This record gives sequence, structure tokens and C-alpha cells, in this order.
Amino acid sequence: MSFDALILVLDSTIRLSVPLILAALGGLFSERAGVFDIGLEGKMLIAAFAAAAVGAVYGSAWLGLGAGILASVALSLVHGYASISQRGSQIVSGVAINFLAAGLTAFLGYAWFSRGGQTPPLPPSGRFQTLTLPFADAVRDVPIFGPIYSTLLSGHNLLVYLGFLAVPLTAWIIYRTRFGLRLRAVGENPAAVDTAGISVAWLRYRAVIVCGIFCGLAGAYLSIAQSAGFVRDMTAGKGFIALAALIFAKWRPWPLLGACLLFGLLDAAAIRLQGVSVPGIGEVPVQFMQALPYILVVVLLAGFIGKAVPPRAGGVPYVKER
Amino acid sequence: MTEAALRDPMRDPAAARPPAIELVGIDKSFGPVRANRDIHLRIEKGTIHGIVGENGAGKSTLMSILYGYYHADAGQILVDGKPIDIRSPDEAIAAGIGMVFQHFMLVDTFTVLENVMLGVEGGARLKGGAAKVRAELQRLERDFVLEVDPDARIEDLPVGLQQRVEILKALYRGAETLILDEPTGVLTPAEADHLFRILAQLRDQGRTVILITHKLREIMEATDNVSVMRRGEIVATMKTTETSPAALAEEMVGRRVLLRVEKAEAKPGAPILEVADLSLTDSRGVKRLDDVSFDIRAGEIVGVAGVAGNGQSELMEVLSGMRKADGGRLAIDGEPVDLTRPAAAASRRRLGLAHVPEDRHRAGLVTAFSEDENAILGYHDDAHYGRGLFLDRRAIRDHAVRHIEQYDIRPPDPRLKAANFSGGNQQKIVLAREMERGPKILIVGQPTRGVDIGAIEFIHARLVEMRDAGCAILLVSVELDEIRGLSDRILVMCGGRIVGERGPEASEAELGLLMTGISSTEAAQ
Repeated sequence: MSFDALILVLDSTIRLSVPLILAALGGLFSERAGVFDIGLEGKMLIAAFAAAAVGAVYGSAWLGLGAGILASVALSLVHGYASISQRGSQIVSGVAINFLAAGLTAFLGYAWFSRGGQTPPLPPSGRFQTLTLPFADAVRDVPIFGPIYSTLLSGHNLLVYLGFLAVPLTAWIIYRTRFGLRLRAVGENPAAVDTAGISVAWLRYRAVIVCGIFCGLAGAYLSIAQSAGFVRDMTAGKGFIALAALIFAKWRPWPLLGACLLFGLLDAAAIRLQGVSVPGIGEVPVQFMQALPYILVVVLLAGFIGKAVPPRAGGVPYVKER
Repeated sequence: MTEAALRDPMRDPAAARPPAIELVGIDKSFGPVRANRDIHLRIEKGTIHGIVGENGAGKSTLMSILYGYYHADAGQILVDGKPIDIRSPDEAIAAGIGMVFQHFMLVDTFTVLENVMLGVEGGARLKGGAAKVRAELQRLERDFVLEVDPDARIEDLPVGLQQRVEILKALYRGAETLILDEPTGVLTPAEADHLFRILAQLRDQGRTVILITHKLREIMEATDNVSVMRRGEIVATMKTTETSPAALAEEMVGRRVLLRVEKAEAKPGAPILEVADLSLTDSRGVKRLDDVSFDIRAGEIVGVAGVAGNGQSELMEVLSGMRKADGGRLAIDGEPVDLTRPAAAASRRRLGLAHVPEDRHRAGLVTAFSEDENAILGYHDDAHYGRGLFLDRRAIRDHAVRHIEQYDIRPPDPRLKAANFSGGNQQKIVLAREMERGPKILIVGQPTRGVDIGAIEFIHARLVEMRDAGCAILLVSVELDEIRGLSDRILVMCGGRIVGERGPEASEAELGLLMTGISSTEAAQ
């Protein structure tokens, strides 16, 4: 593969990793607080729909982004109410949210726009445009550094940069702040938090709200930044891949970045290798390449990562003893 | 109540200043159960006040109310003479009340420092707060001789140190009154003694300590005043120097209790259980059993003393067939047994070996099953309980009812789920199942853990009865008093080895030294 081709693959790796990073970071906040969330997928989907719908109607990317975040946070609160206040099963609640989002986006799409579940194409003002970093054009022809700077680093939209900045920010919050300390504590031993005089429920609610915001960003990225509109089921399992990345990273921010980039790279390679003849094998079927990330998820989770110890109180509703 | 009022130390003219804590008419119900009724209690400043009572007497509930973990249905709490309403732990902390729970409220994956600062971080960012906490911890450690490495992770610390972290947590929050709920349940005798020294020091520096326990010895050793609770009520409050263990036990149970086990001289017969060169290395490569050899004769009780985690559990698991050994020989009644076969518990049972596991929830019961189903676990293939694929529910129930009557299991309902029985009654379910089939060998771990004094008396008498009937009994317990009271011979384990054998007359100090691995010659000096 030539250097230019490599840069192109890495460039699309970055684009494809961003929704995974954002969603997985959301999951990190929720699960570190002890609320398992398999509803990342559903929250992304509803956010993608809400962002595209509002973006199309009002022609504003920022309004669209806000709508996406609101929709996703609303589902987070449903999950929080079911699993924190009502002490229901977090898995069942998460499954319900995924179904709800899949059905609701399709139904509302038909009802409002009559375009087979799609939203109308977005005007340029309804999308996040690519940003060009300073001097990107000037250095384009410098060997090695030129393509890296002007193609790989420059020319992405705002949400891409935000996604990558969110990783150190999350690491700082989780490990260096009071909120982070309490968040990690409540996921390990909520009784310790309770007896320290801190509200377990309020802490967990804040965690799921943060999760909703991140999933909202991830969903909006899909529909109003990466593409120009919503299509049915456009998340296509990205929420679950993000969940896998989170487990693969053992619930830690920096390894999470690595895991998401790895899955993004596989995705990018799959697209790149479509129709390409591999020496000795011949042309690899498209379906196989598309399935690769999912196969990798299974293989990695099945044995390559060692023991992934989840937060100890994860998945268990907090009930005072007796 | 009149009796309690008469004995109340508040009548003492020396106690003129307001008490640290006063509870007036506290009532608390959980559904139909009245856990606390009309509690009146004065805790004087600068004293160690013991609260004794059987399981379910309402001690822990009362203290959880004081700590704001539960809210009382009625009554009033006065701190330093001022009535206050404590609705949550942070309000209790603000009122200067700290609590060390029976199950530690620590985050295992956090460091000591992080655990202490949780809830009192002193700012949104951890950096500044952490430095302050570190300095304050060092001062507390110096003042109270409570050394612990602030950067050690909780899960790497022994339980004694974990408890110290809990105490530091409370002190860091400015606790003037410290409540400890059953603090010695997880400690070795040496650790417990150290704890009592710490508590005495806290008292001497003017703090108040409330010590909840069901161990009378601890009350006599460590406290200044003592209150006895029975069925949700305070039945007596007195000065510790003016009472005795026997009197306290009588108040707790409501009748006279035998604290010492009465037994005749053992008449050992032929060796029934012969163990030679037993060894076991666990999956992490740690030697759990190292050349363990001993015999048990018919009609004798052999006790195994040791600090928890020194191979006693593994020894029981290997002998009962729950776990295979790496090497060694075992003979039951002269018949050699293959130790390397996994999952051999059923075949051991057929050879006449019964096993009361030390952890009844993990290995003794299926708590989601009913009492009668639990009463036949492991014996369910017996012809009495059915035929072929089918169980005879009526036979099983009749069988369970017999156990319930014999062992006074309460509530007497064979269809109730095992999870709904109290710890002591769950233990009786297991004991009845294993003991009532006349086994040749009984391996029993922690027979009275979490069991009331009245029931302990019964269980001990029953064990001696079985011994006299010719059963060979291996008793493993963390309660040295129990080992010394019941055993005819005592083996001491340390680091997977049997480091010594003593008679029942061996002193606690001598056994305690042996348990820490100090050799017998040194111990004799």
C-alpha cells in the first residue's frame, strides 16, 4: 500500500472511530457508576434522528445537535428511572430502549417526512462543515509531514476534534476530580458512598445524564456531520461495537481510545479492501470484510484481553440492606 | 424498664454533665417486625459503652438509626444534651457520630487515602484535598497509633488493617462518638486485643465508643458500661464491673445459659479418619496444604485452630471431596480413598463422612430452595425420598418436620425458603441434615458462626453427644473458646502446615502464638 493510500485509510479510521469514541465514553461514565447500559445503540439512533430532523427543518446544525442531545438524554433518564429509582433490570431496560429507538425513529420518520424513514437532505447550514487547520494548504506538498497534517489532521468537522479531546477530559474527570472519585466509588461499593453521606441515586443519575450527552453527540455526528441526513437504522450496531470497545478497554479512558481506533481501522480497511484482490486468496467478498469488525469483537472478547473485571456493583440496583 | 432505670448509671452523681448520646423512646418497625421498641439509652461521654444481645435483638438497627441510615418511627435523639434530627449519614457525621460497620464500607479497589477522603474531598479537584487528607491522616496515625500506608489498596490489606481504615475514616470526619458493630468477628485474637487498646486510647482522649457485640468476653474486657438488648428492647443497663458473663447471658436469652460445655472424658476408639502427607497447591502456585498428617479416632473431637486463611478451609474441602488434592493419602475406617478424583463429595458421603461447610450460603444451602428441599440436599437420591426420577414430597416434608422439631428451627415452616430464615436457623438446617444420619465422621466448619448463645449451647451439646456415640469429629473454628471448650485434642495450622498439637487445657495465649507461626519451643518459653 502506498503512503498516500495509508494516509487515506487512517483518515477514514479517524472519521469512523469518532462515534465509537463518543458512545463508549458515555458508556464509561454510566458503567463506572454501576449502571450497565446496552442502550448506547438506541440513544445514538434517536439522537441521529432528532438531530437530522431538526437540522433539516430549521437549517441549523447547532439546533440539530441540541435536539440530538436532548433526545438521547431523555432516553437516558428513562433508563435511569427504570434502573436507579425503580431498581429494575438494567439489561431489560437497555433492550427496551434499543427497540423503542428503532421503532420510534422509523415511525416518526414516515409520519413526518414521508420519505421511507429518511429525513430530507440537510442544507449546508444544517451540517457541521469541515474545518481547515491553519496553513493546511501551505504545507500540503511537504513530504510525509504535509499529507499527515493537511489530510489526516486537518479537514475534519468540529465533532471529530471534540471526540478526541473528550478522551483526556474524561480521564481527568474520572481520576482527578471529586465527581470522578465518587463516580468510581459508587460503581464499586454504593454502600460505602451511602454511608459517607452521599446520595447514591443522584450520583448515578448524573452519570447516566452524562452518558446521554455523549450518545447524543455520537448520534448527531452520524447524521449531521458525517452524512447529510438520517436513514433508517443508521447506527448499524455501532453502539454495540462501542460497548465492546469499552469492555476491551476494561472501562479505562485511554485504552478505550485505542480500542475504538482499532475498530475504526478495521472498518476503514474493510471499505478500502472492497473489490481488491488479495494475493493468494483472490477477491475477498464484501460481506466478509464488513463482518470483520464484528468477528474481531468476538475473538477479542472471548480471550485476548485477559480478565475484564467490570465495576463490582455494576448491574446491581442499590438497595439498603434488610 | 423499671429495673433498667434503677441500674442506669445516670443516677450516678459523677455523671452530671450531659451524656454524649441519649436515646428517648426510639421505635422502629420493618413491616410487622418491631425491631426496636421504646428504647431509652444514655451513653456517657468518655466511656466505652457495650451493647449486647442475640442476633435479631435490634442492636444493629438501633445503631443504624443513630447513624441516620434508617429513620426511627418515633422517639428522639439527643447529642450533648441537644435534641437533633438525624435523617442521613451526613447529618450524623455533622453531629460528630462515626460508625464502623460489620461489613466494611470500603471501596476495595481504592487506596486508603481515597477511601478516607470519599465524601470529604475538600473541593471539586482532588489534588489539594488529597494533600490535606494525607497530612491529617499522618497526625491521626501518630496520635492514636493507627499506622497504615495511605497509598495501599484496600484489597491488598488484611482485614485488621481494613478495619483500622474504617476507624480512621470516622476520626477524619471528626467523630466524637464512634460506633463499632461486631468489630471482632473478622479479627484474630491478637488483632482484637490491639483494637481494644485503640478503643481505650480513644476513650482516654475523651471520645465516646459504642461497642456492639454478642461476645460476652469482649464486653467484660473492653467496656465501662453495658446495656443488654432482647427482642428489640433494652432490658438492662449496668456498670461492667458490677456484672458477670453469666448474668449478662441470662439477661440476653431470658433464661439461665450454660456458657461452658459440659462433657465427660473422651473414650477414643480405633482411628476412623487417617490423613497422611496431604498437599495442595492452588492455581496461583501458593501451597495451601503442606504435608498435613493426622488421625482422628472414633469418639473424639479434634479441633483445628488457626488464623483464617491458613489452610483450614482447603483441608475441609479436600477431606469432604469438594476439591482434589495434589498428593497424600486418606483412609476412612481403614478403607483407602482416592484423593485425586474431582467431585467426590457424594462417594465420601456414602463412606459415612458428613460435612457441615463453613460457609453455609456458598456451600451449605441453596437459599432459593425451601427448607424441606434443603434438608435433603446431597441425600436426595436416598430411597426414602422417592423413586426413580420422582421425589416423594410428603416423605420429604415429614422428614423436614422431624428436624424442625428436634432442632427447634424457627419459624417451623418446611415450605419457607431457606433465605428467609435467620443465620442461626439456617445453620441448624445444615447441622440437622448432616448430623442426623449418624455419620462415622463429621467435618464441621464454624458450627456457630452467627448463631445465638441459646442455640450455641444446643449445638455444642449435640456435638458432644455425637462424640459420645462414637463419631469422629473434625472441628474447624475461628472461635478459640469454642475449639478449647469442645476439642479433646487441638491441632494448630499455620501456612498450610500443622505446626503443633495441644490438649484442651492449652492457654489461649499459647495457641495464639502457635497460630502466628511461632514454633512450639519458642511458645513454651
